[in-house]
Amino acid sequence: MTRTLVVIGNGMVGHHLVRTLTERGGDWRIVVLAEEPRPAYDRVALSSYVDGWDASKLSLAPVDVETRLGDKVVEIDREARKVVTEQGFVTDYDALVLATGSYPFVPPVPGHDLPNCYVYRTIEDLDAIRAHGGVNGVVIGGGLLGLEAANALRLMGVRPQVVELAPRLMPLQIDEGGGALLRREVLRLGLDVHCGVSVASVGEDRVVLSDGSELPADIVVFSAGVRPRDDLARRFGLEVGERGGIVVDAACRTSDESIYAIGECACIDGRVYGLVAPGYAMADVVADQLSGGAKVFPGADTSTKLKLLGVDVASFGDAHAVSPGALEVVHNDPVSGSYKKIVVSDDAGTLLGGVLVGDASSYATLRAYVGRPLPADPGSLIAPAGVANTALPDDAQVCSCHAVTKADIVAAIGTGCADVPSLKVCTKAGTGCGSCVPTLKQLLTSCGVEQSKALCEHFPQSRAELFEIIHATGIRTFSQLVAEHGSGSGCDLCKPVVASILASLNSGHVLEGEQAALQDTNDHFLANLQRNGTYSVVPRIPGGEITPQKLMVIAEVAQDFGLYTKITGGQRIDLFGATVDQLPLIWRRLVDAGFESGHAYGKALRTVKSCVGSTWCRYGVQDSVGLAIELELRYRGLRSPHKLKAGVSGCARECAEARSKDFGVIATEQGWNLYVGGNGGFTPRHADLLVSDVDTETLIRTIDRFVMFYVRTADRLQRTSAWIEAMEGGLDHLRDVIVEDSLGIAAELEKAMAAHVRDYADEWRGVLEDPVKLARFSSFVNAPGVPDPSISFREERGQRVPVQLGIPEVMAR
Amino acid sequence: MTAVQERTWTTVCRFEQLLPGRGVAALLPDGEQVAVFRTEDGLHVLSNHDPFSSAAVLSRGIVGDRGGVPVVVSPVYKQAFELATGRCVDDASVAVTSYPVEVWDGYVRVGSP
Repeated sequence: MTRTLVVIGNGMVGHHLVRTLTERGGDWRIVVLAEEPRPAYDRVALSSYVDGWDASKLSLAPVDVETRLGDKVVEIDREARKVVTEQGFVTDYDALVLATGSYPFVPPVPGHDLPNCYVYRTIEDLDAIRAHGGVNGVVIGGGLLGLEAANALRLMGVRPQVVELAPRLMPLQIDEGGGALLRREVLRLGLDVHCGVSVASVGEDRVVLSDGSELPADIVVFSAGVRPRDDLARRFGLEVGERGGIVVDAACRTSDESIYAIGECACIDGRVYGLVAPGYAMADVVADQLSGGAKVFPGADTSTKLKLLGVDVASFGDAHAVSPGALEVVHNDPVSGSYKKIVVSDDAGTLLGGVLVGDASSYATLRAYVGRPLPADPGSLIAPAGVANTALPDDAQVCSCHAVTKADIVAAIGTGCADVPSLKVCTKAGTGCGSCVPTLKQLLTSCGVEQSKALCEHFPQSRAELFEIIHATGIRTFSQLVAEHGSGSGCDLCKPVVASILASLNSGHVLEGEQAALQDTNDHFLANLQRNGTYSVVPRIPGGEITPQKLMVIAEVAQDFGLYTKITGGQRIDLFGATVDQLPLIWRRLVDAGFESGHAYGKALRTVKSCVGSTWCRYGVQDSVGLAIELELRYRGLRSPHKLKAGVSGCARECAEARSKDFGVIATEQGWNLYVGGNGGFTPRHADLLVSDVDTETLIRTIDRFVMFYVRTADRLQRTSAWIEAMEGGLDHLRDVIVEDSLGIAAELEKAMAAHVRDYADEWRGVLEDPVKLARFSSFVNAPGVPDPSISFREERGQRVPVQLGIPEVMAR
Repeated sequence: MTAVQERTWTTVCRFEQLLPGRGVAALLPDGEQVAVFRTEDGLHVLSNHDPFSSAAVLSRGIVGDRGGVPVVVSPVYKQAFELATGRCVDDASVAVTSYPVEVWDGYVRVGSP
């Protein structure tokens, strides 16, 4: 017979239970009753909502069960096993699960209910904070959530100050030493922190602290902890804990045996957990119980690792050394910004827990050792060299998100996984929080898998290292570079890379002197090689804006040379079928009409696509065409590790598809949002928000830094998306470098870009003005006027297309 | 008696016209196209015809070495051919014709294969 399970609450934990239970199959009819108006979403990632304000990105996989949203339960009739909602919906139950979560605690200080006071827990809260806005903000509470809230305010353009009652930030997770370092790092980002004081009162434009000082505050966000939502349980007679929370046993059963409680509303072993992992563990217990199993709560792993305002913070096991006899070993390096503490048993034989701030790279390994014998003496485990993973026991969990052990990883390497991306596909390790990726790399190395960064057989260095060498030594020829830093005579991999680096470093015309021999055929003939040995020609049309006169010139050139004509995806015109000897003749006419190279042939900036913008569009809020032209003219000709595409949209409707570009700009009422790391192609990816609501000057300065940092540090043929993904610390690190100037290189990057802008010259004009370069554009060295006899054309839909050159003698691999 | 092989020579250009580390195309009297390369170790001539794409483009490939052996890499699908022999490094069953070459009085001459 079908039994009915009613779940009250549709947060992450309730959703996890329903999902787990439906995946197990079984005969439960499930009814979810939710007070919240929207389907369950990833509340842990709430702060990422600020990046793009797209609530759908937080969605959890939907589960097909009867769900009533926005209808709160008002009555539980335990006798009759019935629940009643506010809107009068009544249902019987055989089992009832309370997954009502928690609510933010707002201290009852005077003024706490003013209209400028908010909490930080739901999408609706963030929408409200955004709508309110302001110049100065105060966040009350310096815990994990408080710091996330402060960062969110910062991203919304509000200058936040943080007030924390405890003497340090994140008092629950980290200790005094770690807190001191975190505070120092956060202050460096320009965020004011006030610890050891409480809030005396809140006013309409200020917050008054207990020490009498006043902070300006257009907006106040309370994140002073949460309290379990146990009101239904209290009202209908279930046992609750002394400090709140619905009391449950190890099977998550309340004092009524047909009612369970899970997640942040439950009090288990006398504790209420405010983390999602213990909540999921409780949901798994209940799913098992309801399926006839006998699983009990295994105890909570409260380990956390996160990046707050660009600072790595991790806490695991017994972080505060409360175990009897526990010893603490500390390595504190304020110079490099790293604090590490491990807690060991009284005989120094077992790892109990630890705190890492600034450099949490050893988190995954250390956490795996909690409760196990130490692999080395405690001091060496947190010494800068770190800990080797070969010593990890086989059953140690490397990826805690997907419960992947070292043995699983080693087995996958044994079956042929040779790099991190293939390990991710094979084992799912590293696809959750990503904190174990360094461990995956170390395991690959310890299994003898070479992680070579060599550019090719001639250079053991990566492209980024070669860039640094060329930049630092001033070497400007390939022959000197390969003699001093490589071996052999070079190849089709390293020669174009060096040519590109030389071009990025403003070394004159790309076909000047020895550089000409380094270029691949596209850059050598400044056109795109097509399958029959002819080339295509793409003049630059900045922002896609073109006069009828210029269009006519293109049309005449195409007609006179019999070129197949097609509109490109980047809002310009591609002319196909030109032979080598025709290229200078074609360009003579284009240059005379005011055109210049479009660099469609180069690993360089291609186009800055734009929508029509506020000049014409009824909805546009900024002049997207004007900005696109300015950007395209600024970055034209810049050689980069791969092609670079950009876009500018004049409003949030995003008609220019800017988020599919390496850098995309979207107009807002206040200015511009800049997105980076998008691309179409083989693996399409949307760009991520880097800065928002900035003025044009700030925008261009930020793009200058971003593009130049990419040009200097990316690998060969690595698009910006892969570059950011491979970067340790990812987008947060990129933002630190580009926006906060954490490496102190911003001025140099801007200077390099200024030099590029200053020295730019049209490459095709350079060829036409130099007889030596011009002479290379001939079909045959001994018969310059004779066209290549192997090339012929036929007509298709009114245009000339190549006659296929017969079936190739051998198939291309 | 030793058989004397008759060979016809075609003068294609002055030596200085060749860019070190780069190739040019030349047309032989019989209509064949060749690719003439100037490298550190001298001159090499191969058929200009890329067997993988059927396009006459080998002269426009990048010149370098694979494991120390001088090669040119087709600009279309990137197979490497040994400059000295015409053998394809990426597919042992494929080769392009190799031509004799000499510098005579400052001029580059290509011989029949």
